[in-house]
Amino acid sequence: MNAANYLYVSALLFTIGAIGVVVRRNAIVVFMCVELMLNAANLSFVTFARINGNLEGQVVAFFTMVVAACEVVVGLAIIVTIYRSRRSASVDDASLLKR
Amino acid sequence: MISNLPIYLIALPLFGSAVLLLGGRKTDRWGHIFATLMSAASFGVGAYLLTIMLSKSNSERAITQKLFEWISVGTFKVNAGLLLDQLSICFVLLITGVGTLIHIYSIAYMSHDHDRRRFFAYLNFFIAAMLLLVLGDSYLNLYVGWEGVGLASYLLIGFWNQKPTYATAAKKAFIANRVGDMGLSLAIMIAFATLGTVSFAGVKEHVGQASTGALTAIGIMLLVAATGKSAQFPLQAWLGDAMAGPTPVSALIHAATMVTAGVYLITRSNFIFDAAPTAQLAVAIIGAITLLFGAVIGMAKDDIKKALAASTMSQIGYMILGAGLGPAGYAFAIMHLLTHGFFKAGMFLGAGSVMHGMNDEVNMRRYGGLRKFMPITFATFGLGYLAIIGVPPFAGFYSKDKIIEVAFNTGGIKGITLGSAALLGAAITAFYMTRVVILTFAGAKRWDEKAHPHESPFLMWGPMVLLALGSVSSGFLFTHGDALRNWLAPVVEPVAVHEAEVLSPAIVSILALVLVAIGVGLAIVKYLLSDVPEVAPKDVTVFTRIARRDLLQDQFNEAVFMRPGQALTRGLLTADRSVIDGAVRAIARMAVGSGNILRTTQTGFVRSYAMWIVLGAIGLVAAIWMVTL
Amino acid sequence: MISSAIEVGQTQTPEAILFWVLGPLSVLAALGMLLVKKAIHSALLLAWVMITLAIFYIAQDAAFLGIVQIVVYTGAVMMLFLFILMLVGVDSSDSLTETIRGLRPIAITAALGFGGLMVSLLGRATLGRTSVGLSQANVDGNVQGLAVLLFSKYVWPFEVVSALLITAALGAMVLAHNHRIIARPTQRDLSRARFRSGSLADAAGLPGPGVYALHNAVDVPALLPDGTAAAASISATLKARGDVIDSRPFQLERKSEEE
Repeated sequence: MNAANYLYVSALLFTIGAIGVVVRRNAIVVFMCVELMLNAANLSFVTFARINGNLEGQVVAFFTMVVAACEVVVGLAIIVTIYRSRRSASVDDASLLKR
Repeated sequence: MISNLPIYLIALPLFGSAVLLLGGRKTDRWGHIFATLMSAASFGVGAYLLTIMLSKSNSERAITQKLFEWISVGTFKVNAGLLLDQLSICFVLLITGVGTLIHIYSIAYMSHDHDRRRFFAYLNFFIAAMLLLVLGDSYLNLYVGWEGVGLASYLLIGFWNQKPTYATAAKKAFIANRVGDMGLSLAIMIAFATLGTVSFAGVKEHVGQASTGALTAIGIMLLVAATGKSAQFPLQAWLGDAMAGPTPVSALIHAATMVTAGVYLITRSNFIFDAAPTAQLAVAIIGAITLLFGAVIGMAKDDIKKALAASTMSQIGYMILGAGLGPAGYAFAIMHLLTHGFFKAGMFLGAGSVMHGMNDEVNMRRYGGLRKFMPITFATFGLGYLAIIGVPPFAGFYSKDKIIEVAFNTGGIKGITLGSAALLGAAITAFYMTRVVILTFAGAKRWDEKAHPHESPFLMWGPMVLLALGSVSSGFLFTHGDALRNWLAPVVEPVAVHEAEVLSPAIVSILALVLVAIGVGLAIVKYLLSDVPEVAPKDVTVFTRIARRDLLQDQFNEAVFMRPGQALTRGLLTADRSVIDGAVRAIARMAVGSGNILRTTQTGFVRSYAMWIVLGAIGLVAAIWMVTL
Repeated sequence: MISSAIEVGQTQTPEAILFWVLGPLSVLAALGMLLVKKAIHSALLLAWVMITLAIFYIAQDAAFLGIVQIVVYTGAVMMLFLFILMLVGVDSSDSLTETIRGLRPIAITAALGFGGLMVSLLGRATLGRTSVGLSQANVDGNVQGLAVLLFSKYVWPFEVVSALLITAALGAMVLAHNHRIIARPTQRDLSRARFRSGSLADAAGLPGPGVYALHNAVDVPALLPDGTAAAASISATLKARGDVIDSRPFQLERKSEEE
């Protein structure tokens, strides 16, 4: 079993997450896709730790998790605020930059 | 000690001007007196310096005063310095003397003008600038004064600039002078390029090193400068309109002093012209043309000031002709300049006095018979008249006849032509000056009931009397024992031996007097013995009509310079709009256009921006893929 | 590949089975996230992916992270997502039809390109490498090893991250705090607004849902006097969710009515 296989899975998950951010319109789903990308990166870090034989990769993954948790907390609060004022969770509705 | 004095000549009137201009209305009450005192003090300094110069031997009289190092760029060094020599002192005394008299005259003449203080400030400024012009020890210092008098002339011609025509006249004078100034600056540049110096002494010392071509170029450029400032052909058109200024200005600036700056410049540059015969000949020809030109215009003018202005132009033509005749003529040019300063300033003041008594009427056809009402004005004007037409023993006889004589004595066709022109000019001068005198002072009265001609106050006729005395005696004094010639000898270095005399002085004098008598007689027949219509007759020959229109000088300028200039400006404007602005606008359009294209990528949707981020990430990964290949 | 796979450490065979079972499942679940319509289904699929990853972590000698993954992600973060879904409800944003022209083909192309590049790059980077394995690093236990690193070399980032966490908590509180700018409309205000809206049709309030012999429910629209369905009688959330029952079977036959 080659550890690199985990990296391939990680790459695929990351790609799927990125595309999800682009194609989904529900802000919450978009957010989930962001989480997916972060998790994919974490899997890579854990795998790198194993390949290189030290725990630093796992430490970085740990930090990533904390940052991801912060991001989710703030991000969801923003979504709630937007929803409260616009009655919609669609990211397309918040397109005020153009107009 | 002595060498520190010349700066006070300039500083005193400059200080007066500054006080009057900066002091504002507070100086209204005593400003005119203060300015007059400053001018008189300057004259006093000049007179004192003259006595000192007289006490020395002829070759040691020049006083130089170094003020400060003005420009020092590489090998180009110019000191601000003053040079008071035999030539300068003549001008200094003329400027400050006549200037002071005219200051005094103006106190009365301008007494009803609420802007009198400003007028005196400008007058003082003019005196300072003119003194700097004649005292500068290099062409560059002269240039400063040259521009200064141009500015003063502009300000004073347009003194009553609430009248648009007067403001236009000021602008016309300024522009015509700019053309001449360009000549002077070019001359300075050529002199520096070929000789490496611009000081009079330096140029004189190195003049032998330069090629004749370069010297001719400098000479021609100096001549252009002189034609601008001295209203010589072909830049003469501004002088007639310059009479828009108050009459004392016409007397001081546009008759006695500033317009003679061109003569000063040529005389001062005698070492250049002596080495460049072509330029010298050009000077003489320009002088001859102008003296006839001015005389012809003078015959046709009904405006007393414009007639006198045309006469001024003609008389300066004599001076330029004299200066163009080489070493033999310089002294006589200066002599005519000085005598002309007296009699023409006197006549202008007389004209001002007449206008003062006639409600500012200037049309001579509306005068007539004024001698009974203005006896002093008539007397002084009459003495000036006798001086200008060259009746012995008045001043003009000595100076003008000498120029005619020297012109003939240059010999050959050149001498005959120039001399004949000068003689013809003398005859015409006699005709039109007699016309002026008859129309103004003799014959029947032609003014309307509203005018109450009266003699002017003492402050006005006092200066006129003094100037009349000058126009009576100055010619004799200057020629007595060749006084002025010998005085100027160190500066202009006249040839020691006389050339062969083509015509003896006596013959020239007799010829001239006969022609003058003919001119006077014609004028008497035409204007004294026959009625003068109050309105200029319309059914006149085409020549008269052309002469009345200043020999079409304005039309010529408009057709040759103004219209093509305007067309050129319009063309440049169009080119500016289409090419330069076009390029700028094209860049702007490019920016706007590219913005419009790129704008379509800005949908405002977060997801499309996310797509761009993904594409960027792909680009990044692709780059890594490439470099690790 | 096989030879290099044989070389890898002691968990070789069981781990391979684990990987080849769970790996495809996690990728499929992630793809499903994109394709399902309802956000709640996406959330569940994401939870599955996260649990899979937790198992992968444990399989790769990262027991601590695996546990944290389950506790923090599937336990806390996913719960948060579900809460928000509950608050926000369902609306048209769940629709899968693309509204930005040309975005989907570009996205699919980009996905293929990105994935291909990454896989190719990873292949080049790892081919022929042998894993060192963590048996050496985890000799004192995985948690102890991480703790030594976190509290020595990474103590400063650790503290910074803790500060970040507190800031985020405060930020969320500030953002979620409902600061009312205008007074809540009273019943009187609402009534007045209804009558002034221009159409008296709104004055009486929205029609209630259908009431039928077969169906008496909120998911069936009421019928208007002309026999058509009244769209306004159904909650927008139900419509967005697609849970509306067609009212046509309950409409009266027009012909018989006329007779």
